Amino acid sequence: MQFKIRTSPFFNSSNSVRSIMLQVLLALIPGTLVMTYFFGWGILFNIVLSVFFAVSLEALALLIRKRPVLVFLGDFSAIVTGWLFALSLPPLIPWWIVLVGIFFAIIIAKQLYGGLGYNPFNPAMVGFAVLIISFPLEMGLWLKATSFAEQSFGFIDSLRIVFGANMSPDWDAITMPTPLDAVKTGLLTGMDYTEIVRKSRYLSDSFSNTWMWSGLAFAAGGIWLLYKKIIHWQIPVALLLSLLFFSVVFHLYSPQHYASPVLHMLSGATMLGAFFIATDPVSASTTPLGKLIYGAGIGVFIYIIRVWGSYPDAMAFSVLIMNMAVPMIDYYTQPRVLGHKRKVDL
Amino acid sequence: MTSRKLWRFHGGVHPPFHKEESNQLASEFAGIPAQLVIPMQQHIGEAAEAVVKAGDKVYKGQKIAVADHHGISANIHAPTSGKISAIEERVLPHPSGLPGLCIVLDSDGKDDWGDCKLTPYSDYQNTEVSELLQRIRESGIVGLGGAAFPTAVKVSGSLNKAVSTLIINGAECEPYITCDDRLMRERSAEIIEGIKILQYMIDPQECLIGIEDNKPEAIEAMSKACETEENIEVVTIPTIYPSGGEKQLIKILTGKEVPAGGLPLDIGILGQNVATVYSIYQAVVKGIPLISRLLTVTGNGIQRPQNFEVLNGTPISYLAERAGGYTKMAEYLIMGGPMMGFALRDDHIPVVKASNCTLFVSSTVLNESNSAYPDQPTLPCIRCGKCMDACPLNLLPQQLYWHIRARDFERAESHNLKDCIECGACSYVCPSHIPLVNYYRFAKGEIREQTETQEKARRARQRHEFLEFRKAREKREREEKRAAHKAALQKKKQAAAKARAATNGAAGDASDSKADAIKAAMQRVKAKKQARAQQAKKQTKEQTKPTKDAPGINK
Repeated sequence: MQFKIRTSPFFNSSNSVRSIMLQVLLALIPGTLVMTYFFGWGILFNIVLSVFFAVSLEALALLIRKRPVLVFLGDFSAIVTGWLFALSLPPLIPWWIVLVGIFFAIIIAKQLYGGLGYNPFNPAMVGFAVLIISFPLEMGLWLKATSFAEQSFGFIDSLRIVFGANMSPDWDAITMPTPLDAVKTGLLTGMDYTEIVRKSRYLSDSFSNTWMWSGLAFAAGGIWLLYKKIIHWQIPVALLLSLLFFSVVFHLYSPQHYASPVLHMLSGATMLGAFFIATDPVSASTTPLGKLIYGAGIGVFIYIIRVWGSYPDAMAFSVLIMNMAVPMIDYYTQPRVLGHKRKVDL
Repeated sequence: MTSRKLWRFHGGVHPPFHKEESNQLASEFAGIPAQLVIPMQQHIGEAAEAVVKAGDKVYKGQKIAVADHHGISANIHAPTSGKISAIEERVLPHPSGLPGLCIVLDSDGKDDWGDCKLTPYSDYQNTEVSELLQRIRESGIVGLGGAAFPTAVKVSGSLNKAVSTLIINGAECEPYITCDDRLMRERSAEIIEGIKILQYMIDPQECLIGIEDNKPEAIEAMSKACETEENIEVVTIPTIYPSGGEKQLIKILTGKEVPAGGLPLDIGILGQNVATVYSIYQAVVKGIPLISRLLTVTGNGIQRPQNFEVLNGTPISYLAERAGGYTKMAEYLIMGGPMMGFALRDDHIPVVKASNCTLFVSSTVLNESNSAYPDQPTLPCIRCGKCMDACPLNLLPQQLYWHIRARDFERAESHNLKDCIECGACSYVCPSHIPLVNYYRFAKGEIREQTETQEKARRARQRHEFLEFRKAREKREREEKRAAHKAALQKKKQAAAKARAATNGAAGDASDSKADAIKAAMQRVKAKKQARAQQAKKQTKEQTKPTKDAPGINK
């Protein structure tokens, strides 16, 4: 009798890129809901638009590159990129700015480098970095956080703002600086930290500090990812610890001039970045020790740029900087192989 | 069975194990097929050499092929009595599907030992160790855990070394395979006796039998069998693939690591599979060479999965029949298990000493965790690191993969490619479904070929360099000779001149002696002329003869 032929191993686990990406998306839901609760429809619009643009541009690029479109769309990586990118945008940002960012994320940072698995830089962060440099004003317009019911714009109004249809709100009246923004400008204008905290609604009343709540919600999603073994613990732990370390040291040194560690840990993109962005496997370090170095490096750069740089937050730049170091980190941090003494010939 | 500190090796996976399908029934003798096909190469090393010819009648247990005495090799014995019908190329149970030399034996059904049974050593404790080693060598025993390394070579290497731990491998971590499980349940006393023979021979400080905890019956049977043995301990180890890998099992039981490129003996450890130990018992105590073994016939492609005592060279089709025949699900025939085994196209191929399982299985079962495998498209590596987490050697499979894809074999080697045991754990967990092990096999083959070519080139260069060196040396020697000759001549001249000057000075009468000297010289010249004339005559005669000293060297 004749039999079929193939090579070992004949078994394959149920792991797939799609299931990994799906679980990442699931883990993003709590944080996304919290942000939507505080900022309204704009957050959801950002996500829908980003994902739509990301998938469309990915399909277009795959067609041009003559790659199997459905196979690669089915890996859901474009959806994850679009979603993560959207979460870094302020609500009600014009649709075309979203498109510009996604274009850089998907086309320039991902597909031009060869698509899934070949991008040295985190695509969502490339898109974000382009926007924060090109459109700093629009990227700073964060609505005042209120409960969902008290949102100043309903579904239709929000839609009209996003698409620029005869709807131009008085931005000064409806936006409010983010905590990191408030601290940055406050310190620059010579206020001391306690005064800034007193003046900022977010910081003085922690219950209304939407950033803190969404940070905690993202952390919860991230811990679930850890539990499901989708991400390794090293990057988030090293990132958070190094950021915590520097913020504690400097805050103790001078509480008036350096923001509290709590602000650094639970503001801006810290939690989202630590669990979802820095852990992007393609552009991150892969070895256990390398991941620790990579994560810690991002934490250090976040602190440096937030405190002494000209941007209030720094997740994107820190991740991109450390992306550059990944090949070297990986080479010098190879784990010790069973039966070997040394790790790598330097 | 005691609680004992165990260590963990890095990584490992938990594939579906499918052990119950074949470990429920007691093992049976499969029977004597009409024809046995016995390959000459069924062990690591050099092929054995046939010492029978077509037409010969052989007895059961008769040596039909001898180990190549130049290198590592093993004898092969007739599994039953009968007539050699041919010695020819047949397809081997090998992933390549290539043919190799086999002895074809038509059995006569009598299963007649003649006088070929070896004398049993009933009292091996009072037998010379060298004699027991010779018996193991004579009996053609090889490692039955899969590698088929000649056991005598392995044991003899441990005789002059201090062995602290003898590790008996009963882990059987590969899915589907249960022959060691059944062997331990059914023949535990014989296995323990085999262990005692090894203990007598190599005198280890301790002996550990490692068995995975998914084989409680085997653990119980073995523990019972060695209850009275002080120096043998059954150790239950967690079920995780590949705990049965030699280096992995050593790590689990002792915490020690076999140095890369080295042997367990380098750290005072000798490992033997339970089935190998059983064959040692058979050879020493019963005088039966390695002509049969326990083998698992299993999978949803077979009616009645079971373990069989199988004669070396039995065709797989015969075994399938003995196990009730095929079901409709028999799509694949896998020799070995689903993680490290290889697929065969045809069931006329025989089983050999190293065969522990023939698995008949459908793709639906193989793909139960991932229905689309392996037809689904392979996605690019996303560097998720799951392969790294699974690797039992702590290699970086995805880095190896990148370097091999770029054909940077040097970099792959510097990432320790050659430590890879091809266990398949990385491919198993890969979410992009990249056939990683295939890349490693490919790269190892390429590197082997490269080193061979390099070796050839190196040897050619060496030869060339030596030729050049020899030419230069000869030239130098000739010149030295010539120079020495010249110097000698000059010395002679000088000496003669000096002597002349001296005699002249001494006589005081220069003109007289001068005249005398001229006269003498004239006479010498005359004599020389005469001699030359005579020689010339001689030479003209001899010119017809070829000369022996060819002037070829004077280039």
